[in-house]
Amino acid sequence: MSELGSVTPVFVRGEMVPQRPPPVHQPGVIGIIRQRLFNSPTNILLTIVGALLLYFTVVPTLKFLLVDAVWSGSNRTDCLADKAGHPVGACWPFVQAKFSQFIYGFYPTPERWRVDLVFALGALLLLPLLIPRAPAKTLNAGLFFVAFPVLAFFLLHGGGVQGFGVTWSADLASGVADSVGRAGRKLAAGGPIGSVIGQVLLGLDTVLVWLSWPLVALRDWIQASSQPVWLDLLLTAVAVTALVFILTGVRNGWRALATTVGIFVGIAVMVAALRLDRGGLPVVDTRMWGGLLVTLVVSVTGIVASMPIGIALALGRRSTIPLIRIFSVAFIEFWRGVPLITVMFFATYMLPLFLPGNFTIDNLMRVLIGIALFAGAYNAEVIRGGLNAIPRGQAEAASALGLSYWKTTGLIVLPQALRHVIPGLVNSFIALFKDTSLVSIVALFDLLGQLRAAFADPTWSTPTTLFTGFAFTGLIYFVFCFGMSRYSLSVEHRLNAHRRT
Amino acid sequence: MAIDARPPPPQLVAKLRRVLGGRSGWKGLLAQVLFVAALVWIGYEIVDNARDNLANQRIASGFAFMSHTAGFGVSQTLIPYQESDSYTRVFLVGLINTLVVSVVGIFFATVIGFAVALARLSPNWLISRIGGGYVEIVRNLPLLFQILFWYLAVLGALPSPRQSVSVMDSFFLSNRGIVVPRLVGEAGLDGFLVALLIAIAAAIVLPLYARRRLFATGKLMRVWPIVLGLLIGLPLIAFLIVGKPFSLEVPVLRGFNFVGGSRLAPEFVALTLALSTYTAAFIAEVVRAGILSVHKGQMEAGASLGLSRGQTLRLIVIPQALRVILPPLTNQYLNLTKNSSLAVAIGYPDLFSVFAGTTLSQTGQAIEVIAITMGVYLLISLVTSALMSLYAWRINRSMGA
Repeated sequence: MSELGSVTPVFVRGEMVPQRPPPVHQPGVIGIIRQRLFNSPTNILLTIVGALLLYFTVVPTLKFLLVDAVWSGSNRTDCLADKAGHPVGACWPFVQAKFSQFIYGFYPTPERWRVDLVFALGALLLLPLLIPRAPAKTLNAGLFFVAFPVLAFFLLHGGGVQGFGVTWSADLASGVADSVGRAGRKLAAGGPIGSVIGQVLLGLDTVLVWLSWPLVALRDWIQASSQPVWLDLLLTAVAVTALVFILTGVRNGWRALATTVGIFVGIAVMVAALRLDRGGLPVVDTRMWGGLLVTLVVSVTGIVASMPIGIALALGRRSTIPLIRIFSVAFIEFWRGVPLITVMFFATYMLPLFLPGNFTIDNLMRVLIGIALFAGAYNAEVIRGGLNAIPRGQAEAASALGLSYWKTTGLIVLPQALRHVIPGLVNSFIALFKDTSLVSIVALFDLLGQLRAAFADPTWSTPTTLFTGFAFTGLIYFVFCFGMSRYSLSVEHRLNAHRRT
Repeated sequence: MAIDARPPPPQLVAKLRRVLGGRSGWKGLLAQVLFVAALVWIGYEIVDNARDNLANQRIASGFAFMSHTAGFGVSQTLIPYQESDSYTRVFLVGLINTLVVSVVGIFFATVIGFAVALARLSPNWLISRIGGGYVEIVRNLPLLFQILFWYLAVLGALPSPRQSVSVMDSFFLSNRGIVVPRLVGEAGLDGFLVALLIAIAAAIVLPLYARRRLFATGKLMRVWPIVLGLLIGLPLIAFLIVGKPFSLEVPVLRGFNFVGGSRLAPEFVALTLALSTYTAAFIAEVVRAGILSVHKGQMEAGASLGLSRGQTLRLIVIPQALRVILPPLTNQYLNLTKNSSLAVAIGYPDLFSVFAGTTLSQTGQAIEVIAITMGVYLLISLVTSALMSLYAWRINRSMGA
């Protein structure tokens, strides 16, 4: 008090200050304009710069795309300034003429209904999956992720099947036995250590051959019959159904039984409808595929196939078993450290060398394998984030209930983790969709590849063809990617509903 | 109904169980053994098949081809290269081109990215919308599409060298690229370079010294006039002493192309433009998220201290945001470096294009060439992320976190 008291106060207020009116809040457009565009000299300057920027980009673009555009014509002369009589913008007849090429590539015209059917089916199955309130999500997801790809393959590629489950498993078993036997013989002929391992492998081969003998005999009997596919399907159905019924227990088994029978009836209907037992639809080689078709096939296959790979790698990375964890980490880091284009070259040039010489593999198929592995590594990291976000207590509670690792993971941890990371997954799907354009570098004519091919056509070479083509394909890419990113935002919004106050 | 106490497992066995199988014990060991067996089997099959296939196609395996004569030209080289040089030289040329385009791309991407992020956060409605529009459009179009767009549609539409756009008759813009005057070194170049180096070194050291003094004594030192003076003065003095250390070689149009000067190939320009604008959109989002992660009160505190918006951002907000920004920013840098391999689409001679492209098709040695290419990109990725995590660690330390 003494220090304060030594200073004589200059001014002490003696009465209340009269109340001032609140600052004027200007609602409406004018208010916003004043407040957010013109409230300070810097802001005014920024606004002017922005407006100029917009004026010099948007106006010419709109003028090019709409006002100055040529809308109809049959060849390049219609898109030249002399013929049109004004400076020419976009040359839309070019897009009209090349439209089917952009969508289907060189897919034979009489067979294009198959592509349309696949597009329609895909959209029909995908839409209810994306709408949160639509019912029967499990059935829908199963149809889209499992049934649709198989159906789409037989529709797009054509061709039939020779056998079914029994034949395939017999082929696989004898293939493994063959490989072990071959390795055994080669090693047995080698050095002293090699010969010991070779003998062991030869013994293993003998055991494998004996074990797979009944299956192989059954396959040969089926193949010799008059209706191999149907017989095989029937036997596989009976075997799988019995197995499911026994595994799930007689009391709980009825529901699983119904599902299994339903699936096999569905397969039978598909086989009958597409006549897969009699060669199916005419085969359209993947070299004929192109345009948006390839873009969508590659991206959808990549998305569907990379999910299980990603989940497996993410679980492997968190596994307590050291070697599996190390392998997962190395695998993920490897694919994430190299550019996708080297993966494509790897798949195109190196993969065929790694496969047995008599085993040829389609170019598109190779690229799909590469993309699935690449995208799988990226998804694994996203999913790992989700797994890390699940509190430990969830897994501990499950193990307190006596659930096994697989049941804990499959029923409790994974469903929650995946829900958490849907936005992240959609982001990686967008990246994948954009990256599919790289297949045009390894001689697959996707949308971008078709665009480049279309430029080479002298019938349509005008100064503005290039810009028109880019505008059209850019629009397609933008619609897909922007749609996906908006969807991911809305999902994020919905999942975070509990966090908003 | 007391549960019988189970005897504790013998220590040695328990330890062994843990070492061999991790937390899952013997089951884990079994899984590992099966897993390794499967890996070995797959590996054996791959090697065996590859050996058979290579023998059938009569392709020699091994890296001997690296010393063979390449015999093809490369359009842009920073180190001397002739057609008679070996594939190893080609590899180096490609690697340097990749590094150059990555570094230049990273620089511009960072600058544009920060600018767009600040624009998106600007209180000005129009500017923030323009920033948002840029990000949305650029992010949602494939990079390859954008590279081709820049290369074919924008640079391809430029006039031929004869009608090129010129600035002061020394800078020319045409469909052959950008031609600029070139500096040619003369007698006193060494002295000039030494002076320049000293100036740059001083410009780096002085601020560090000033900062240390500020922390030690609290005295603020105005550094930038001294640095600016050094940067301009020292080279100027050297210039005056040694007298004209270099001359300008101005490009001249002769025949159908330019003679003299240095040329930035259109492929390089298109690739750099596309890579930096594309990555900038992602960097902008990273930076924006980082800035938004800094509490609003920090901005207000800065304002109440009387700092301008720019000062608040530079001195208070961005240093704190950097912690959040750096890890994803590293990822974007890595993406840019990896994406530079798309140069193969327009023929810029980067590592991928000259090595996995031309060399692979000439020698047919797919396994070796692709393994080397993948290995180099992997190495670049690992080194970059190591450097960036070092930087992030330092920043975290200086923040006391």
